[in-house]
Amino acid sequence: MGEAEPTVIADRLDIIYKVIAGQGGKGTAATALRRIVKRQDRPTIREVHAVKSVSFTAYKGDAIGVIGRNGSGKSTMLRAIAGLLPPAAGAVYTGGRPSLLGVNAAMMNDLTGDRNVVLGCLAMGMSAAEIQRRYDEIVEFSGIGDFIDLPMSTYSSGMAARLKFAIASAKTHDILLVDEALATGDAEFRVRSERKIKELRDQAGTVFLVSHSLDVVQETCNRALWLDAGVLKLDGPVDEVVAAYIKSTRS
Amino acid sequence: MTGPTGATDAAALARRYGLSKSSVRPPLGSYLHELWSRRQFVVSYAAARTYAMYAGARLGSIWQVLTPLLNAAVYYLAFGVLLGTKNGIDNYVAFLLSGIFVFTFTQRCMTEGSRSLALNLSLIRTLHFPRATLPLAYVLNELNQMLVSLGILFVVVGFTDGPAWSWLLVVPAMLLQVMFNIGITLVFARIGTFVSDITQLLPFVTRTWLYASGIFFSLPAKLNQVDAPGWVIQVLAFNPISAYIDIIRRSLLEEHEPNQLPHAWSIAIVWSFVMLASGFWYFWQAEDRYGRG
Repeated sequence: MGEAEPTVIADRLDIIYKVIAGQGGKGTAATALRRIVKRQDRPTIREVHAVKSVSFTAYKGDAIGVIGRNGSGKSTMLRAIAGLLPPAAGAVYTGGRPSLLGVNAAMMNDLTGDRNVVLGCLAMGMSAAEIQRRYDEIVEFSGIGDFIDLPMSTYSSGMAARLKFAIASAKTHDILLVDEALATGDAEFRVRSERKIKELRDQAGTVFLVSHSLDVVQETCNRALWLDAGVLKLDGPVDEVVAAYIKSTRS
Repeated sequence: MTGPTGATDAAALARRYGLSKSSVRPPLGSYLHELWSRRQFVVSYAAARTYAMYAGARLGSIWQVLTPLLNAAVYYLAFGVLLGTKNGIDNYVAFLLSGIFVFTFTQRCMTEGSRSLALNLSLIRTLHFPRATLPLAYVLNELNQMLVSLGILFVVVGFTDGPAWSWLLVVPAMLLQVMFNIGITLVFARIGTFVSDITQLLPFVTRTWLYASGIFFSLPAKLNQVDAPGWVIQVLAFNPISAYIDIIRRSLLEEHEPNQLPHAWSIAIVWSFVMLASGFWYFWQAEDRYGRG
């Protein structure tokens, strides 16, 4: 691994974010006023230390599965790699712009699928000519078919996920971060998207995949990171890490 | 994989392979350059929003014409007929319409723009693009509406006063207001993202501004009526909205001269450049923090 070219370096990465956990009290105007009179800072703002001192280096051609229980900081870490969440301490270094692909990445739901394809591609920085050239390919890959003319609000969550994945993978990314995006698709789409991820790997890109389905991780990734309560517990070849993870969940 | 001394090693390794920190604000120059490269996204996004806005309505885009007309009708009824503020103004309908349209343009940019990032959080958290594209698309949206309103205004003035060469001055006047609006929208887009209370407060701010800007009545005539000292009009003339309204009225209405504000063109020009530059600067300062949390 020594001579391989690194694409992502996480250097003792810490992420803390603030969440507003509701209004506090009964949520009435009176309680809000009392809070201000008593000069309390909003008591319901909580700091969440989501990722704690995580370090790793990813190389060209790596497909890295990120596994761990719910709320262990997997998605947060991906966001930090994508540069969408600034770290509280430490740093993430990346070559090129990573793209994050998540399930909750809503596009414009009032608009039809084809308009969303164009908008998404433009936002990624593709030119109009390039979009025209790749449009059919994107629609074809998404497998949406005739529904492409309907507003996205009429799509099922699986269909929306397929379209989003198709849009995001239209561009060749140096670093692609996939956050559970494949979980909602059907079996056929899963096979297609797994193939797409392999393709991206072959183009010497780096892929991060957050997933709870361990067999998908094992099939598509060569390496895995196991996060537990924000701490990087294990980093190594996918089979070893998955085996250790399974062992810990059974005990 | 990485030893305990990772800090300096990692930074050195990153430097050796030309990797850069992922969440870092680009310098202003390259930010503007990147923004320019996404101009097509701005245009398509604005078009998509206009489309989505009227998609559910039976009359569709006809509302783009109806809304300003109805707006003007309500104000005409309230101020022209009931309160009788029109005394002394010859072409009151054109006077009122120009004021309302210009004001609404800036007002909508502010209020809509303050939510432009908050309503697009999922997009922001998914894709990398210069965030200023969103407020810019909102301004473009409102400009589109403004051009429809201007068309109505041209028809009204054309039928009452008749067309004139001075109409051409509307083009630079509009350009100046667009510059100002881009600036103020960027400012409120940033504020609205971090202090969401502002969206509750803005309607009151803009309504106060509405009454102070000489939209339903002529400011100089009003001040004459109450025997205000001369400096008051000089101070009120610094209101950017008043200036933008005044330069439009100067371009369209021949008989506007007695109601003109002092130095409207120069004040409008200064506001435009100052607001545009400071708006971009202020918005860019927080570029790496939008969509956090």
